[in-house]
Parts: sequence; structure tokens; C-alpha cells
Amino acid sequence: MQTLQRTPLHDRHVALGARMVPFAGWEMPVQYAGVIPEHRAVRTDCGVFDVSHMGELEVEGPRAGDLLQALLSNDLARVAVGGAQYTLLTNEQGGIVDDLIVYRLDECRYLLIVNASNAKVDHDWLKEREIRGSDVRDLSDECALLAVQGPRSIERLGLDEAPPFTFASGEIDGVECMVNRTGYTGERGVELLVASDDAPALWDAVLDRGAVPCGLGARDTLRLEVCYPLHGNDITPETDAISAGLGWVCALDTDFTGVDELRRIKAEGPARRLAAFVMRKKAIPRSGMRIEEGGEVTSGSLSPMLDVGIGMGYVPAELAQPGTDLTIDVRGRPRRAEVVKKPIYKREESP
Amino acid sequence: MAATESYPDDLRYHAEHDWARLDGDEATLGITWFAQDALGELVHYEPPEEGQTISKDTPYGEVESVKAVSDVISPLSGEVLEVNAKIVDEPEIVNEDPYGEGWLVRIRLSAPSEADSLLDVDAYRQLLADQ
Repeated sequence: MQTLQRTPLHDRHVALGARMVPFAGWEMPVQYAGVIPEHRAVRTDCGVFDVSHMGELEVEGPRAGDLLQALLSNDLARVAVGGAQYTLLTNEQGGIVDDLIVYRLDECRYLLIVNASNAKVDHDWLKEREIRGSDVRDLSDECALLAVQGPRSIERLGLDEAPPFTFASGEIDGVECMVNRTGYTGERGVELLVASDDAPALWDAVLDRGAVPCGLGARDTLRLEVCYPLHGNDITPETDAISAGLGWVCALDTDFTGVDELRRIKAEGPARRLAAFVMRKKAIPRSGMRIEEGGEVTSGSLSPMLDVGIGMGYVPAELAQPGTDLTIDVRGRPRRAEVVKKPIYKREESP
Repeated sequence: MAATESYPDDLRYHAEHDWARLDGDEATLGITWFAQDALGELVHYEPPEEGQTISKDTPYGEVESVKAVSDVISPLSGEVLEVNAKIVDEPEIVNEDPYGEGWLVRIRLSAPSEADSLLDVDAYRQLLADQ
């Protein structure tokens, strides 16, 4: 029997009545009060997620930048100290080993925050390719990570405004942490990286400031509404960035693993594309369902904001245009869907 | 608001967490408090057709939460007289009132004696306690 890892906040979750589930080798809260109220809290006010299961890798040394530039798809040279960048770890076929955010801590030191399910794969991948003058370390056991997200999150935490994809060291009610202007919900917010021992105090402070505790269930519906891909579902080592619509994080004028293959796919045009769709008949698409016109659903759920079934899936490239009708095989029942522009959900801009 | 846990003693129960309210040769069917709690907030009900024949111990519909899909197992055999259309539009009513407004179908029994094999409330509570 596999033993599940627990985050430093496990007791807090249990005390709050969370429903705990296994996820990527961890015992994690999937919901507290319910996925829908938690989702709405993040869209309208402020929610907090324990995402301490995510991995943290540090790459340090005079050639740390060279190592990462050769392994990551985005142009790392464009990231200044204090900046962050969404990027992909790619394989020789242009497939996606993982998607991650790299933070430039100083001239010669970078932090990578990676998916829990890939933390070991990523660490081994980097370690095997280390060059003289670069050192890769796994800090995952020393760190906890709280994502505080929502339109009122900055105000509730008493933080100053800062541009997205930047970070600074800071503190919340006396608890020191790294304050990252990043997230996975499509809302304003921060991700707070904190020493494991300090995580309960930080969690308590954030709840005292009015953040609603949110589980992985709401995290999934929030990211799907804004079409952020989930590694293992929408992107995998077998899918490439161009087909996934992630060409914008691939600096094809730089040299990194798999770049030749990605250049070829870009030039020829991908055979299939990751499309977002909305159900036009009452039904909830789920990962693995067949799309009758070709391809399959890679993520699906109910959109709590739109109250309709939504999803993403790979379809033949010519069917990826918004407005195209698709038919989803919902456990033997054909149900109509329509391709829409990403993101599926966008807050109505105030005039 | 989600209902608080309860199992009315006038109902008969099926081990797959379904209930039946018997009324002569008809019955009203639904899912128990335990079933709706395990699923979480219901967001979709896929009902059978009215007039369709359903069979004891087999699925007659589906209920879905944000995260999960579950078959609804019929505790009895019969013909579907009425689907609760309100639940198709507002499935969360099942969470709020699983034994009242949250009923799923009304059927005409084709084998009324099947009811003898269902659990009474004490037996169903025992089954929950043993899980």
C-alpha cells in the first residue's frame, strides 16, 4: 500500500472538515464547503489553496542560466532578477515533460515551481543534464505554498500592487514568505512560498484576513474556465506545445530541447489543436470522452460561473475554429458542443 | 443549504443508497442523504424517459456533481410514470431535500413483491455503520 504524503497544513484541513483525497501521491483537500461556493469566492472575493504538494527545484551557479535556457522552451534571457516566467520543460520530440514557472532569484540562482506529479521526473531530468557550473537541488520538503487568489486578495492581504509575474520577499502578519504574483485561476492574486514550519501560522493569518479555504476541486474548475492546461490531461510528454496552443511560451529562435521538431510543426501547421468548447445541450463533458468528429476530451467539467458544461480537447486542426459544432459522446449519448475562443470565461469588463 | 443527515423510517432502502416510498402499486424513488453527501453538490440529472421500463438493481439514470458521475440504481422494477423535471433544471434540490422535493422518478411497480427484499431504516443504518 502506498503511503500518501501530507502537507504541513493537513491538520488544519481536517479540522475545517475538508474532504481529503489522494492526488499525485499526496493526501489533499478536494473541497471544504463545496466546489461551487469555493469557486465563486475566488471569482468574486478571495480564496486560499494549499498547494504545498507542488515541487520546488533550485538551480544555482554561474551556468545555471545556460542550463535552463537549453532545457526550457521560453526565452529565459528576458527574465530579470525579481521576475518570473511561464515555460515548458520539453523532450526531443517537442513533447511537454512539465509546465512550470521559473523565478529568477538573483543573477545566478533560479527557482522552479513544478507540478506535484512531475516533481521527481523534473528533478531527475535536470540532474542528469547538469553542466559544470550548475547545481540542481530539490527544496520541496522544506517549502509550503499557499495560493491566495481573487479580485480582493491583494487588498485582504494588505499588500501593495505589483505587476503579474514578479515576486519579492515579504511578510503577512509577521510570517516571512516569498510573495509571487502568479496563480492558476485567472484572477489577481499571489502564491506565497513559505518555510514548512511557518505554514500553519501563515494559513491562519490568511484565513483571519477573510480568505475562503478552497480545495483542488475549485482549483480545477477555475483553471478550466480560463483554459489553463493541466499537465497529465491537456498536455503530456506525447503532446507538443504548438498543438496545445502554447506556441507563445516557445522561443523558437533560441536553442532548447526539441526546438527543431517544434519549428517543423509550426511551419507545417499542427494536425490537431487543443480547442475549448461549451456544451449546447445539457451535459457535462469529462476527460476521455470521444469527440465524434475526431479526437477526445482532455478536461471537462461544469462551469460554475456559466452553469454549462465546458471542456477542452484535441480536434483535427480544421475543427478548432470558434463556432464549429462538435459532438461529444457522453456515455453513449451524443451531445452537441460548440468550439469557443479561449478563455471560456472572462469577467465582463467594467465600461 | 445542504440537508442534515436523516433516514426517514417510512421508506425502504436499497444497498446502493437509493430509497423507495411505496404507495399501492406505485413508488417514488430517490437517492439517500448518504449518496448526495458522498457526491457533493449535484449539477446534473440525466433522467430516464417517461414510459421507459426500469429494472430492480440496474441503473435508470445518472446524477453528477462537479467532480463525479454516479449511476442511480433502481430499488424496484416498473414503468416510469413521471420524471421530476424540477430536478433536471435544479439538481441541487436533491442536496437540499433528498426525500421530499428531491425525488427523481415515480414508477408503476411491475413486481410489487420485490419490495420485501429492500432494507428497512434500521437495516440501512446498519449497512452505513458497517462501511
